[in-house]
Amino acid sequence: MKSNKIFISGDEAVAQGVRLSRPHVVAAYPITPQTITVERLAEMAESGEMEGEYMHVESEHSAISATMGASSVGARTFTASSSQGLLYMAEGLHYCSGGRWPVVMMNANRSVALPWSIYGDQRDSLSLLDCGWIQVYVEDAQEALDMIIQAYKIAEHKDVLTPMMVNLDGFILTHTYELVDIPEQEMVDKFLPAFQTPNKMSFEEPKNLGFSSKPDDNTEFKYQQNEAMFNSIQVLKDVDQEFADTFGRKYDGMVEEYRCEDAEVVLVALGSVCGTIRVVVDKMRAEGKKVGLLKIRYMRPFPEAEVKDLAKRVNAIGVVDKDISFGYEGTVYTNVNSAISKIDKYVYKSNFVGGLGGRDITKDEIEEMFNKLFSGVENKSEEKVEFFSLNVESND
Amino acid sequence: MNRPKKTEFKFPTHIDEYPTGPQYAAGYLPETNAGWRSVRPVVDHDACVYCLRCYLLCPDGTVVKDNGKITFDMDYCKGCGVCAHECPKDAIEMVKE
Ligand code: SF4
Ligand code: SF4
Repeated sequence: MKSNKIFISGDEAVAQGVRLSRPHVVAAYPITPQTITVERLAEMAESGEMEGEYMHVESEHSAISATMGASSVGARTFTASSSQGLLYMAEGLHYCSGGRWPVVMMNANRSVALPWSIYGDQRDSLSLLDCGWIQVYVEDAQEALDMIIQAYKIAEHKDVLTPMMVNLDGFILTHTYELVDIPEQEMVDKFLPAFQTPNKMSFEEPKNLGFSSKPDDNTEFKYQQNEAMFNSIQVLKDVDQEFADTFGRKYDGMVEEYRCEDAEVVLVALGSVCGTIRVVVDKMRAEGKKVGLLKIRYMRPFPEAEVKDLAKRVNAIGVVDKDISFGYEGTVYTNVNSAISKIDKYVYKSNFVGGLGGRDITKDEIEEMFNKLFSGVENKSEEKVEFFSLNVESND
Repeated sequence: MNRPKKTEFKFPTHIDEYPTGPQYAAGYLPETNAGWRSVRPVVDHDACVYCLRCYLLCPDGTVVKDNGKITFDMDYCKGCGVCAHECPKDAIEMVKE
Protein backbone atom coordinates (compact mmCIF):
# COMPACT_ATOMS: atom_id res chain seq x y z
CA MET A 1 0.00 0.00 0.00
CA LYS A 2 1.33 3.45 -0.92
CA SER A 3 1.76 5.79 2.00
CA ASN A 4 1.21 9.50 1.66
CA LYS A 5 1.74 11.19 4.99
CA ILE A 6 1.52 14.94 5.37
CA PHE A 7 1.85 17.21 8.39
CA ILE A 8 -1.53 18.88 8.90
CA SER A 9 -3.95 20.08 11.56
CA GLY A 10 -7.12 18.26 12.58
CA ASP A 11 -9.22 20.81 10.70
CA GLU A 12 -7.22 20.20 7.53
CA ALA A 13 -7.46 16.45 8.01
CA VAL A 14 -11.24 16.78 8.05
CA ALA A 15 -11.14 18.81 4.84
CA GLN A 16 -9.02 16.10 3.21
CA GLY A 17 -11.49 13.44 4.34
CA VAL A 18 -14.35 15.45 2.87
CA ARG A 19 -12.54 16.00 -0.45
CA LEU A 20 -11.83 12.28 -0.75
CA SER A 21 -15.51 11.48 -0.09
CA ARG A 22 -16.53 13.52 -3.16
CA PRO A 23 -19.52 15.44 -1.79
CA HIS A 24 -21.73 17.20 -4.32
CA VAL A 25 -22.59 20.04 -1.97
CA VAL A 26 -20.72 21.60 0.93
CA ALA A 27 -22.64 24.29 2.80
CA ALA A 28 -21.08 25.67 5.93
CA TYR A 29 -20.58 28.87 7.86
CA PRO A 30 -17.18 29.49 9.43
CA ILE A 31 -16.81 29.52 13.21
CA THR A 32 -13.75 29.18 15.43
CA PRO A 33 -12.28 26.56 15.77
CA GLN A 34 -13.80 24.92 12.69
CA THR A 35 -12.91 27.77 10.30
CA ILE A 36 -9.83 26.20 8.71
CA THR A 37 -11.85 23.20 7.54
CA VAL A 38 -14.33 25.44 5.78
CA GLU A 39 -11.60 27.64 4.29
CA ARG A 40 -9.75 24.64 2.89
CA LEU A 41 -12.93 23.23 1.37
CA ALA A 42 -13.77 26.58 -0.21
CA GLU A 43 -10.26 26.70 -1.70
CA MET A 44 -10.51 23.14 -2.95
CA ALA A 45 -13.85 23.89 -4.61
CA GLU A 46 -12.46 27.04 -6.22
CA SER A 47 -9.32 25.37 -7.56
CA GLY A 48 -11.28 22.39 -8.82
CA GLU A 49 -9.40 20.01 -6.53
CA MET A 50 -12.84 19.12 -5.18
CA GLU A 51 -15.62 18.76 -7.73
CA GLY A 52 -18.50 19.59 -5.43
CA GLU A 53 -20.29 22.89 -5.11
CA TYR A 54 -19.36 25.12 -2.16
CA MET A 55 -22.39 27.13 -1.06
CA HIS A 56 -21.75 30.36 0.78
CA VAL A 57 -24.61 30.49 3.24
CA GLU A 58 -25.42 33.31 5.61
CA SER A 59 -25.80 31.24 8.76
CA GLU A 60 -25.61 27.78 10.27
CA HIS A 61 -29.39 27.51 10.07
CA SER A 62 -29.09 27.99 6.31
CA ALA A 63 -26.13 25.61 6.12
CA ILE A 64 -28.11 22.69 7.49
CA SER A 65 -31.16 23.69 5.44
CA ALA A 66 -29.13 23.75 2.22
CA THR A 67 -27.55 20.37 2.91
CA MET A 68 -30.96 18.86 3.64
CA GLY A 69 -32.39 20.18 0.39
CA ALA A 70 -29.45 18.85 -1.59
CA SER A 71 -29.54 15.51 0.21
CA SER A 72 -33.24 15.07 -0.59
CA VAL A 73 -32.45 15.05 -4.32
CA GLY A 74 -29.71 12.48 -3.85
CA ALA A 75 -26.61 14.63 -3.32
CA ARG A 76 -23.83 13.70 -0.92
CA THR A 77 -23.52 16.66 1.43
CA PHE A 78 -21.26 18.06 4.09
CA THR A 79 -21.52 20.78 6.68
CA ALA A 80 -19.42 21.78 9.67
CA SER A 81 -19.92 23.84 12.77
CA SER A 82 -19.09 24.34 16.41
CA SER A 83 -20.56 25.61 19.67
CA GLN A 84 -23.00 28.52 19.15
CA GLY A 85 -23.19 27.69 15.45
CA LEU A 86 -24.15 24.11 16.16
CA LEU A 87 -26.82 25.32 18.58
CA TYR A 88 -28.11 27.73 15.96
CA MET A 89 -28.47 24.68 13.69
CA ALA A 90 -30.35 22.76 16.36
CA GLU A 91 -33.79 23.12 14.79
CA GLY A 92 -32.45 21.82 11.48
CA LEU A 93 -30.66 18.91 13.14
CA HIS A 94 -34.01 17.44 14.18
CA TYR A 95 -35.48 18.12 10.74
CA CYS A 96 -32.54 16.38 9.13
CA SER A 97 -32.67 13.20 11.19
CA GLY A 98 -36.47 13.08 10.85
CA GLY A 99 -36.13 13.54 7.09
CA ARG A 100 -33.66 10.63 7.10
CA TRP A 101 -31.10 12.63 5.14
CA PRO A 102 -27.60 11.22 5.65
CA VAL A 103 -25.80 14.55 5.93
CA VAL A 104 -22.30 14.29 7.40
CA MET A 105 -21.12 17.05 9.70
CA MET A 106 -17.92 17.89 11.47
CA ASN A 107 -18.33 19.55 14.83
CA ALA A 108 -15.35 21.19 16.51
CA ASN A 109 -16.24 20.72 20.17
CA ARG A 110 -16.26 24.08 21.89
CA SER A 111 -17.71 25.59 25.02
CA VAL A 112 -21.02 27.47 24.89
CA ALA A 113 -21.76 30.97 26.17
CA LEU A 114 -22.04 32.65 28.65
CA PRO A 115 -19.31 33.34 29.68
CA TRP A 116 -18.18 33.39 26.07
CA SER A 117 -15.31 31.06 25.32
CA ILE A 118 -13.81 29.85 22.10
CA TYR A 119 -12.03 26.98 23.84
CA GLY A 120 -12.98 23.38 23.97
CA ASP A 121 -15.39 21.32 25.99
CA GLN A 122 -18.14 19.01 24.81
CA ARG A 123 -21.24 20.78 26.06
CA ASP A 124 -22.25 21.79 22.53
CA SER A 125 -22.73 18.33 21.03
CA LEU A 126 -23.64 16.52 24.24
CA SER A 127 -26.52 18.91 24.81
CA LEU A 128 -27.79 17.75 21.39
CA LEU A 129 -27.58 14.01 22.02
CA ASP A 130 -31.31 13.66 21.49
CA CYS A 131 -31.51 15.23 18.04
CA GLY A 132 -31.35 11.88 16.26
CA TRP A 133 -27.84 12.14 14.84
CA ILE A 134 -25.19 9.47 15.11
CA GLN A 135 -22.41 11.01 17.20
CA VAL A 136 -18.81 9.84 17.09
CA TYR A 137 -15.90 11.42 19.03
CA VAL A 138 -12.36 11.11 17.68
CA GLU A 139 -9.00 11.20 19.41
CA ASP A 140 -6.62 12.52 16.76
CA ALA A 141 -6.48 14.04 13.27
CA GLN A 142 -6.03 10.70 11.51
CA GLU A 143 -9.14 9.34 13.16
CA ALA A 144 -10.98 12.54 12.18
CA LEU A 145 -10.11 12.08 8.51
CA ASP A 146 -10.89 8.38 8.56
CA MET A 147 -14.20 8.88 10.34
CA ILE A 148 -15.42 11.40 7.77
CA ILE A 149 -14.99 8.73 5.09
CA GLN A 150 -16.55 6.06 7.30
CA ALA A 151 -19.38 8.43 8.26
CA TYR A 152 -20.71 8.61 4.71
CA LYS A 153 -20.73 4.85 4.41
CA ILE A 154 -22.54 4.44 7.74
CA ALA A 155 -25.01 7.30 7.36
CA GLU A 156 -25.95 6.41 3.76
CA HIS A 157 -26.50 2.71 4.47
CA LYS A 158 -30.06 1.78 3.51
CA ASP A 159 -30.80 0.43 6.99
CA VAL A 160 -29.47 3.58 8.64
CA LEU A 161 -30.21 6.71 6.54
CA THR A 162 -29.40 8.88 9.54
CA PRO A 163 -27.16 11.94 9.61
CA MET A 164 -23.82 11.68 11.39
CA MET A 165 -21.77 14.15 13.42
CA VAL A 166 -18.01 13.66 13.68
CA ASN A 167 -16.81 15.47 16.81
CA LEU A 168 -13.27 16.58 17.44
CA ASP A 169 -12.04 18.67 20.34
CA GLY A 170 -11.60 22.34 19.50
CA PHE A 171 -7.97 23.50 19.37
CA ILE A 172 -6.57 20.34 21.01
CA LEU A 173 -7.35 18.50 17.76
CA THR A 174 -8.48 21.14 15.31
CA HIS A 175 -5.37 23.30 15.63
CA THR A 176 -2.58 20.88 16.48
CA TYR A 177 -0.53 19.31 13.72
CA GLU A 178 0.33 15.69 13.19
CA LEU A 179 1.44 13.35 10.45
CA VAL A 180 -1.71 12.19 8.73
CA ASP A 181 -1.90 9.48 6.13
CA ILE A 182 -3.96 10.65 3.15
CA PRO A 183 -5.61 7.66 1.48
CA GLU A 184 -5.47 7.22 -2.28
CA GLN A 185 -8.54 8.57 -4.07
CA GLU A 186 -9.03 5.33 -6.01
CA MET A 187 -9.14 3.33 -2.82
CA VAL A 188 -11.62 5.71 -1.25
CA ASP A 189 -13.76 5.50 -4.38
CA LYS A 190 -13.77 1.72 -4.09
CA PHE A 191 -14.59 1.84 -0.39
CA LEU A 192 -17.24 4.54 -0.74
CA PRO A 193 -19.41 4.18 -3.84
CA ALA A 194 -21.78 6.92 -4.97
CA PHE A 195 -24.75 7.71 -2.71
CA GLN A 196 -27.84 5.76 -3.78
CA THR A 197 -31.17 6.02 -2.04
CA PRO A 198 -34.72 4.94 -2.80
CA ASN A 199 -35.72 8.12 -0.97
CA LYS A 200 -34.38 10.41 -3.66
CA MET A 201 -36.73 13.05 -5.08
CA SER A 202 -36.44 13.03 -8.85
CA PHE A 203 -38.42 13.72 -12.02
CA GLU A 204 -38.26 10.02 -12.87
CA GLU A 205 -39.75 8.93 -9.58
CA PRO A 206 -41.61 11.90 -8.13
CA LYS A 207 -42.05 11.98 -4.39
CA ASN A 208 -44.20 13.85 -1.96
CA LEU A 209 -42.59 15.40 1.06
CA GLY A 210 -45.15 14.61 3.72
CA PHE A 211 -44.20 17.46 5.92
CA SER A 212 -46.55 16.82 8.80
CA SER A 213 -48.08 13.75 10.28
CA LYS A 214 -50.87 13.59 12.78
CA PRO A 215 -50.93 11.67 16.06
CA ASP A 216 -52.24 8.67 14.04
CA ASP A 217 -48.83 7.94 12.61
CA ASN A 218 -46.23 10.34 13.96
CA THR A 219 -45.09 7.76 16.51
CA GLU A 220 -44.33 5.26 13.74
CA PHE A 221 -41.86 7.66 12.12
CA LYS A 222 -40.10 8.12 15.45
CA TYR A 223 -40.08 4.35 16.01
CA GLN A 224 -38.37 3.93 12.65
CA GLN A 225 -35.74 6.53 13.48
CA ASN A 226 -34.95 4.74 16.71
CA GLU A 227 -34.75 1.42 14.90
CA ALA A 228 -32.39 2.90 12.29
CA MET A 229 -30.12 4.17 15.05
CA PHE A 230 -29.95 0.66 16.52
CA ASN A 231 -29.33 -0.75 13.03
CA SER A 232 -26.31 1.51 12.77
CA ILE A 233 -24.52 -0.46 15.52
CA GLN A 234 -23.87 -3.44 13.25
CA VAL A 235 -23.33 -1.23 10.22
CA LEU A 236 -20.66 0.90 11.87
CA LYS A 237 -18.81 -2.21 13.05
CA ASP A 238 -18.90 -3.72 9.54
CA VAL A 239 -17.79 -0.42 8.01
CA ASP A 240 -14.89 -0.20 10.48
CA GLN A 241 -13.80 -3.74 9.56
CA GLU A 242 -14.03 -3.00 5.85
CA PHE A 243 -12.08 0.18 6.43
CA ALA A 244 -9.39 -1.80 8.25
CA ASP A 245 -9.23 -4.30 5.38
CA THR A 246 -8.86 -1.49 2.84
CA PHE A 247 -6.71 1.08 4.62
CA GLY A 248 -5.08 -0.89 7.44
CA ARG A 249 -6.44 1.25 10.28
CA LYS A 250 -9.05 -0.04 12.70
CA TYR A 251 -10.92 1.81 15.43
CA ASP A 252 -12.84 -1.01 17.13
CA GLY A 253 -16.36 0.27 16.50
CA MET A 254 -18.36 1.56 19.45
CA VAL A 255 -15.56 1.77 22.04
CA GLU A 256 -11.88 1.12 22.37
CA GLU A 257 -10.53 -0.59 25.49
CA TYR A 258 -6.99 0.30 26.52
CA ARG A 259 -5.30 -2.08 28.96
CA CYS A 260 -8.64 -3.16 30.44
CA GLU A 261 -8.00 -6.94 30.32
CA ASP A 262 -7.31 -7.35 34.05
CA ALA A 263 -8.05 -3.78 35.14
CA GLU A 264 -9.53 -3.08 38.57
CA VAL A 265 -10.39 0.56 38.01
CA VAL A 266 -11.14 2.21 34.70
CA LEU A 267 -11.69 5.73 33.46
CA VAL A 268 -14.25 6.31 30.72
CA ALA A 269 -13.82 9.30 28.43
CA LEU A 270 -14.46 10.76 24.97
CA GLY A 271 -12.13 12.42 22.51
CA SER A 272 -8.65 13.84 22.91
CA VAL A 273 -8.35 13.45 26.69
CA CYS A 274 -8.08 9.71 26.04
CA GLY A 275 -4.59 10.35 24.72
CA THR A 276 -3.53 11.81 28.08
CA ILE A 277 -5.26 9.03 29.99
CA ARG A 278 -3.33 6.40 27.99
CA VAL A 279 -0.04 7.95 29.15
CA VAL A 280 -1.16 7.87 32.78
CA VAL A 281 -2.40 4.30 32.42
CA ASP A 282 1.04 3.25 31.13
CA LYS A 283 2.78 5.03 34.02
CA MET A 284 0.53 3.53 36.70
CA ARG A 285 0.66 0.09 35.08
CA ALA A 286 4.47 0.30 35.30
CA GLU A 287 3.99 0.85 39.05
CA GLY A 288 1.85 -2.27 39.23
CA LYS A 289 -1.54 -0.54 39.48
CA LYS A 290 -4.24 -2.22 37.47
CA VAL A 291 -5.84 0.71 35.66
CA GLY A 292 -7.39 1.00 32.23
CA LEU A 293 -9.22 3.28 29.83
CA LEU A 294 -12.51 2.85 28.02
CA LYS A 295 -12.65 5.29 25.15
CA ILE A 296 -16.26 5.79 24.15
CA ARG A 297 -16.28 6.50 20.43
CA TYR A 298 -20.02 6.59 19.81
CA MET A 299 -22.38 8.41 22.16
CA ARG A 300 -25.32 7.71 19.81
CA PRO A 301 -26.00 4.92 19.36
CA PHE A 302 -24.77 4.31 22.90
CA PRO A 303 -22.38 1.39 23.58
CA GLU A 304 -24.56 -0.15 26.26
CA ALA A 305 -23.35 -3.72 25.68
CA GLU A 306 -19.69 -2.70 25.84
CA VAL A 307 -20.12 -0.67 29.05
CA LYS A 308 -22.02 -3.52 30.72
CA ASP A 309 -19.37 -5.98 29.67
CA LEU A 310 -16.62 -3.80 31.14
CA ALA A 311 -18.54 -3.15 34.36
CA LYS A 312 -18.81 -6.90 34.97
CA ARG A 313 -15.02 -7.14 34.96
CA VAL A 314 -13.94 -4.14 37.08
CA ASN A 315 -14.40 -2.75 40.59
CA ALA A 316 -14.69 0.93 39.79
CA ILE A 317 -15.58 3.14 36.87
CA GLY A 318 -14.88 6.86 36.73
CA VAL A 319 -16.36 8.97 33.99
CA VAL A 320 -14.51 12.05 32.77
CA ASP A 321 -17.12 14.49 31.48
CA LYS A 322 -16.17 17.62 29.58
CA ASP A 323 -19.71 18.77 30.20
CA ILE A 324 -22.24 19.16 33.00
CA SER A 325 -26.00 18.91 32.90
CA PHE A 326 -26.66 21.58 35.50
CA GLY A 327 -28.62 20.33 38.44
CA TYR A 328 -27.65 16.71 37.94
CA GLU A 329 -24.40 15.25 36.60
CA GLY A 330 -22.28 14.91 33.47
CA THR A 331 -24.22 13.58 30.49
CA VAL A 332 -21.72 10.86 29.65
CA TYR A 333 -21.94 9.72 33.28
CA THR A 334 -25.74 9.56 33.15
CA ASN A 335 -25.53 7.32 30.10
CA VAL A 336 -22.75 5.10 31.45
CA ASN A 337 -24.54 4.80 34.79
CA SER A 338 -27.76 3.74 33.12
CA ALA A 339 -25.93 0.88 31.39
CA ILE A 340 -24.18 -0.19 34.61
CA SER A 341 -27.50 -0.20 36.48
CA LYS A 342 -28.63 -3.03 34.20
CA ILE A 343 -26.06 -5.49 35.51
CA ASP A 344 -26.41 -7.33 38.76
CA LYS A 345 -23.21 -6.27 40.47
CA TYR A 346 -21.88 -3.47 42.66
CA VAL A 347 -19.42 -1.19 40.90
CA TYR A 348 -18.02 1.92 42.54
CA LYS A 349 -18.69 4.91 40.32
CA SER A 350 -17.59 8.49 40.21
CA ASN A 351 -18.09 11.40 37.87
CA PHE A 352 -15.22 13.81 37.21
CA VAL A 353 -16.45 16.95 35.49
CA GLY A 354 -13.49 18.73 33.94
CA GLY A 355 -12.01 20.53 31.00
CA LEU A 356 -14.84 23.07 30.95
CA GLY A 357 -14.21 26.14 28.82
CA GLY A 358 -10.94 24.65 27.61
CA ARG A 359 -9.22 24.10 30.96
CA ASP A 360 -6.57 21.40 30.56
CA ILE A 361 -7.05 18.05 32.23
CA THR A 362 -3.53 17.22 33.36
CA LYS A 363 -1.78 13.89 33.85
CA ASP A 364 -1.54 14.58 37.59
CA GLU A 365 -5.28 15.12 37.76
CA ILE A 366 -5.95 11.90 35.92
CA GLU A 367 -3.69 10.01 38.30
CA GLU A 368 -5.60 11.58 41.19
CA MET A 369 -8.88 10.39 39.61
CA PHE A 370 -7.56 6.83 39.41
CA ASN A 371 -6.41 7.02 43.04
CA LYS A 372 -9.80 8.34 44.12
CA LEU A 373 -11.39 5.34 42.42
CA PHE A 374 -9.05 2.95 44.28
CA SER A 375 -9.85 4.55 47.64
CA GLY A 376 -13.55 4.75 46.75
CA VAL A 377 -13.62 0.96 46.38
CA GLU A 378 -11.62 0.45 49.56
CA ASN A 379 -13.75 2.75 51.70
CA LYS A 380 -17.02 1.95 49.96
CA SER A 381 -17.45 5.71 49.48
CA GLU A 382 -20.62 7.24 48.14
CA GLU A 383 -20.67 7.97 44.44
CA LYS A 384 -19.93 11.54 43.62
CA VAL A 385 -20.11 14.18 40.96
CA GLU A 386 -17.01 16.26 41.36
CA PHE A 387 -15.74 19.33 39.50
CA PHE A 388 -12.17 18.58 38.54
CA SER A 389 -10.72 20.82 39.47
CA LEU A 390 -11.62 24.24 40.80
CA ASN A 391 -8.78 26.73 41.13
CA VAL A 392 -10.29 28.12 44.34
CA GLU A 393 -11.74 26.77 47.56
CA SER A 394 -15.40 25.78 47.35
CA ASN A 395 -18.09 25.56 50.05
CA ASP A 396 -18.36 21.77 49.73
CA MET B 1 -59.89 16.80 -19.69
CA ASN B 2 -58.77 13.48 -18.22
CA ARG B 3 -58.77 13.83 -14.49
CA PRO B 4 -55.84 12.06 -12.79
CA LYS B 5 -56.67 8.67 -11.39
CA LYS B 6 -57.10 8.46 -7.68
CA THR B 7 -54.76 5.90 -6.15
CA GLU B 8 -56.42 4.32 -3.22
CA PHE B 9 -54.48 4.86 -0.01
CA LYS B 10 -54.20 1.93 2.33
CA PHE B 11 -53.16 2.82 5.85
CA PRO B 12 -50.04 0.79 6.77
CA THR B 13 -50.55 -2.23 8.99
CA HIS B 14 -46.84 -3.05 9.39
CA ILE B 15 -43.99 -0.70 10.26
CA ASP B 16 -42.12 -1.70 7.09
CA GLU B 17 -44.95 -0.29 4.98
CA TYR B 18 -44.09 3.18 6.23
CA PRO B 19 -41.83 5.27 4.00
CA THR B 20 -38.31 5.89 5.28
CA GLY B 21 -38.82 9.42 6.50
CA PRO B 22 -41.50 11.67 5.09
CA GLN B 23 -40.50 11.24 1.41
CA TYR B 24 -42.79 8.83 -0.31
CA ALA B 25 -44.08 8.02 -3.79
CA ALA B 26 -46.35 10.77 -5.10
CA GLY B 27 -49.97 10.21 -6.12
CA TYR B 28 -51.60 9.17 -2.88
CA LEU B 29 -54.28 11.08 -1.10
CA PRO B 30 -54.87 9.57 2.29
CA GLU B 31 -58.10 11.52 2.78
CA THR B 32 -60.78 13.19 0.67
CA ASN B 33 -62.38 16.50 1.60
CA ALA B 34 -65.95 15.29 1.40
CA GLY B 35 -66.23 14.96 5.17
CA TRP B 36 -66.07 18.73 5.62
CA ARG B 37 -69.12 19.40 3.47
CA SER B 38 -72.45 20.45 4.92
CA VAL B 39 -73.95 21.81 1.67
CA ARG B 40 -73.44 20.57 -1.87
CA PRO B 41 -73.59 22.35 -5.25
CA VAL B 42 -76.39 21.35 -7.59
CA VAL B 43 -76.47 22.70 -11.20
CA ASP B 44 -79.53 23.71 -13.09
CA HIS B 45 -78.40 22.51 -16.52
CA ASP B 46 -81.07 24.57 -18.31
CA ALA B 47 -79.75 27.79 -16.78
CA CYS B 48 -76.07 26.92 -17.19
CA VAL B 49 -74.40 28.48 -20.26
CA TYR B 50 -71.19 26.49 -19.83
CA CYS B 51 -69.04 29.60 -19.35
CA LEU B 52 -66.71 27.57 -17.05
CA ARG B 53 -66.32 30.31 -14.44
CA CYS B 54 -67.05 27.73 -11.76
CA TYR B 55 -64.52 25.37 -13.31
CA LEU B 56 -61.82 28.05 -13.16
CA LEU B 57 -62.62 29.36 -9.71
CA CYS B 58 -63.31 26.24 -7.66
CA PRO B 59 -60.43 26.31 -5.16
CA ASP B 60 -60.24 22.52 -5.12
CA GLY B 61 -60.45 21.83 -8.82
CA THR B 62 -63.46 19.63 -8.27
CA VAL B 63 -65.66 21.00 -11.06
CA VAL B 64 -65.63 18.52 -13.92
CA LYS B 65 -66.24 19.33 -17.61
CA ASP B 66 -68.37 16.43 -18.65
CA ASN B 67 -69.18 16.69 -22.41
CA GLY B 68 -70.74 20.14 -22.22
CA LYS B 69 -72.22 19.50 -18.80
CA ILE B 70 -70.92 20.68 -15.43
CA THR B 71 -70.54 17.99 -12.78
CA PHE B 72 -68.60 17.80 -9.52
CA ASP B 73 -66.14 15.35 -8.05
CA MET B 74 -67.99 14.85 -4.81
CA ASP B 75 -65.01 13.15 -3.15
CA TYR B 76 -63.23 16.48 -3.06
CA CYS B 77 -65.93 19.16 -3.08
CA LYS B 78 -65.78 20.79 0.33
CA GLY B 79 -69.04 22.66 -0.10
CA CYS B 80 -67.56 26.15 0.11
CA GLY B 81 -70.07 27.64 -2.33
CA VAL B 82 -67.52 29.67 -4.35
CA CYS B 83 -68.90 28.18 -7.57
CA ALA B 84 -72.45 29.17 -6.70
CA HIS B 85 -71.36 32.68 -5.71
CA GLU B 86 -69.37 33.20 -8.93
CA CYS B 87 -71.89 31.74 -11.39
CA PRO B 88 -73.16 34.65 -13.57
CA LYS B 89 -76.42 32.78 -14.24
CA ASP B 90 -77.13 31.72 -10.66
CA ALA B 91 -77.25 28.22 -12.07
CA ILE B 92 -75.70 26.60 -8.98
CA GLU B 93 -77.66 26.14 -5.82
CA MET B 94 -76.12 25.01 -2.56
CA VAL B 95 -78.30 22.31 -1.10
CA LYS B 96 -78.14 21.00 2.45
CA GLU B 97 -76.57 17.54 2.66
S1 SF4 C 1 -70.39 29.30 -13.80
FE1 SF4 C 1 -72.54 28.81 -13.89
S2 SF4 C 1 -73.03 29.11 -16.03
FE2 SF4 C 1 -70.85 29.05 -15.93
S3 SF4 C 1 -70.40 26.91 -16.28
FE3 SF4 C 1 -70.50 27.13 -14.11
S4 SF4 C 1 -72.62 26.62 -13.63
FE4 SF4 C 1 -72.52 27.00 -15.80
S1 SF4 D 1 -68.70 24.12 -3.50
FE1 SF4 D 1 -66.60 24.85 -3.47
S2 SF4 D 1 -65.42 22.98 -3.63
FE2 SF4 D 1 -67.46 22.42 -4.23
S3 SF4 D 1 -67.46 22.64 -6.42
FE3 SF4 D 1 -68.19 24.59 -5.62
S4 SF4 D 1 -66.35 25.84 -5.45
FE4 SF4 D 1 -65.67 23.72 -5.69
